[in-house]
Amino acid sequence: MMRRLAMLLLLAAFTGNAHAHKPSDSYLVLKVDGATVQGQWDIALRDLDFAIGLDGNGDGEITWGELRARHGAIAAYALPRLKVQGGGGGCPTHATEHLVDNHSDGAYAVLRFVAACPKPPAALELSYSLLFDVDPQHKGLLRLEYQGTTTTAIFSPDKSTQHFVLAEATLLRQFLDYAKEGVWHIWIGYDHITFLLALLLPAVLHRQRKHWEAIAGFRPAFFNVLKIVTAFTVAHSITLSLATLGVVTLPSRLVESAIAASVVLAALNNVFPLFEGRLWMVAFAFGLIHGFGFASVLADLGLPQGALLLALVGFNLGVEAGQLAIVGAFLPLAYWLRNTVLYRRAVLVGGSFLIALLASVWLVERVFGLKLLGF
Amino acid sequence: MRGKINHLLLFAVLLSCSGVGLTAPFVPVNDAVVLERLPFKASDPTTRELRSLRSELSSDPRNLDKAVALARRYFQLALAEGDPRFIGYAQAALAPWWNMAEPPVPVLVLRATLNQYNHAFAAALADLNQATRREPRNGAAWSLLAAIHMVQADFMAARKDCENMDGLASKLIVLACVATVDSLAGQAEQGHAALRKAYEATPAATSGERLWVLTRLAEISDRLGRTREADAYFKAALGLDITDAYLLAVYAEFLLDENRFAEVVQLLKGKERSDVLLVRLALAEKALALPQAREHEAAIRARFDAARMRGDKLHIQDESRFQLYFLNNAVEALRLAQENWQTQHEPSDARMLLEAALAAKDAAAARPALEWLAHSHIEDRHLEKLARQIAQLVAKP
Repeated sequence: MMRRLAMLLLLAAFTGNAHAHKPSDSYLVLKVDGATVQGQWDIALRDLDFAIGLDGNGDGEITWGELRARHGAIAAYALPRLKVQGGGGGCPTHATEHLVDNHSDGAYAVLRFVAACPKPPAALELSYSLLFDVDPQHKGLLRLEYQGTTTTAIFSPDKSTQHFVLAEATLLRQFLDYAKEGVWHIWIGYDHITFLLALLLPAVLHRQRKHWEAIAGFRPAFFNVLKIVTAFTVAHSITLSLATLGVVTLPSRLVESAIAASVVLAALNNVFPLFEGRLWMVAFAFGLIHGFGFASVLADLGLPQGALLLALVGFNLGVEAGQLAIVGAFLPLAYWLRNTVLYRRAVLVGGSFLIALLASVWLVERVFGLKLLGF
Repeated sequence: MRGKINHLLLFAVLLSCSGVGLTAPFVPVNDAVVLERLPFKASDPTTRELRSLRSELSSDPRNLDKAVALARRYFQLALAEGDPRFIGYAQAALAPWWNMAEPPVPVLVLRATLNQYNHAFAAALADLNQATRREPRNGAAWSLLAAIHMVQADFMAARKDCENMDGLASKLIVLACVATVDSLAGQAEQGHAALRKAYEATPAATSGERLWVLTRLAEISDRLGRTREADAYFKAALGLDITDAYLLAVYAEFLLDENRFAEVVQLLKGKERSDVLLVRLALAEKALALPQAREHEAAIRARFDAARMRGDKLHIQDESRFQLYFLNNAVEALRLAQENWQTQHEPSDARMLLEAALAAKDAAAARPALEWLAHSHIEDRHLEKLARQIAQLVAKP
């Protein structure tokens, strides 16, 4: 026996690669609808035969007649091995329908059932123990559907009880996803960053006798920045909301071109000042246009039905967070450099010229639908 | 009958791919419809044997001898049938000992055996090292150590393991073990000659031993470029009439290399149920422009998707092959081949990595396999050719 085993094991590692079949899985779909949970459980006939016996006449073939005769036994075996808890108590299950389906590795019994919870559950606790006693490698693949969102999970002997928060988790998740997109959009949206920088560059200075001079203290510089950023935020939040809710729509080429033009104007204003001391008004006016730009990004991301407002607020807060990070990096540096000639000449004038030049190229690109730059 | 089930199955797969719906449960038209075919009838001696082993154990579930006997039988079935369900059944038989840090030695060896089947090599090696420390004359533990060390290309360790089997397994198997290691570690010619001599000198070898030795001889002949000789060994192994998925897979691979596509289709007819064999069959059908290629492509996709859903990583090499030669997606094939190389270092794993790297024109990605090639001194015409092609890729990027 030992000798034979030695040979067998040596052989084993070479044949281990030749996995022929799929291992044992069941497919469990749960749909939460109010206080009831609709279930569909696909269990392989091979597994059911091993656990409770299906092949009535012992000929090695399972017919629909043999399966039908065991429907009661199948429900009695399977359903107690799935415990559903939620809505303040247990949700007793009962079978409603028996069908058959073919998966990629053979025929499955399809057991449809209903679990009735005491109240509409905010969370579900599922304990799955089907087949684990006879086949610890078995896995239960769960798809949990709730209000159009789908959660998947895998049950194994190590993870036989799992907890699913229904409402909050999915909404919070969506909220965070959209906030992340907002941050990301500001980060890769060079036109918004350059517009903001063009407005902020002179915020640590003030103009006297047609010359830029450093502002005396941090407080006035800070309030300059605060006014500009707040005006920009309020303005783009208004148009972002209006466009997302479908109240106003503008063609995207027009919006994108106007955004580029706003950057050109904001930058040139630093070299040939027109709106002295009233930069917050410029920020507000052009902020309205930038809001339409954000709205088209949000539309491209796809909006969740039923959670539109959530997505809108999340995305907007993400944009603001990204913007604050940029301002937070800019202000101390600009304040520190404000007394230098370098800042007043090279950064303010030279930088503004560069921004104006770059934005002019964007403007041409967007008006004529060309691609001149790599970004 | 099996063909019919496969046909039904394919129909379901095609339905799910054509967007009719992923699952469309139904009520069969009448009671006589056959839904599934079990591996054994109730009257089959295997069924009876299993039933008696199971009932003996269930009356005394903590009896080590009974549990080990049932687990071993299930493991043999997993190999013969290629069905991982039997691995789970074997594990269930060992449940009282399964989570112990220091279970009895027979449980250690079986736990390692089941773990290596699922490619959990680190856990398997730890158990086997403990087993050989506690019981140095355990032939099963040494042979499994040898096999795992070969898979991981640790040829020095594998050779020592083979030598430790002396007196614990038949002479032929010990010799075959050493010869196989040598053939992988730069002495293919000598290994082949030694193995053939031992084989010819053991006319009383069991058919299981014959199958094993003939398959090794065929593989070494192929690596040495002696294709006609390899073909003869493969045919002799097939002539033993033992169902062996591994033999079919390597012979199909050999035939594909030789562009003998029609023979692959002939060889693998009715074996569509095995994922590994289905990939090779579909490749041959594609080369012959047969209409079944499309159906099989859909079936393979569905099976890889199912494996991914359960978090299974046992098929990565085949998935890489499928991506490269069926879908012509070199980038994805390379990603999979690299993932596979993390745990598997057999010639076929190296070959997959090199072929994918070559197709993706990514010489840097090929480096781990090239280093392994140089370090192991393996002689393999396929790998050597690929290494030359990659060197050319570097020379003129």
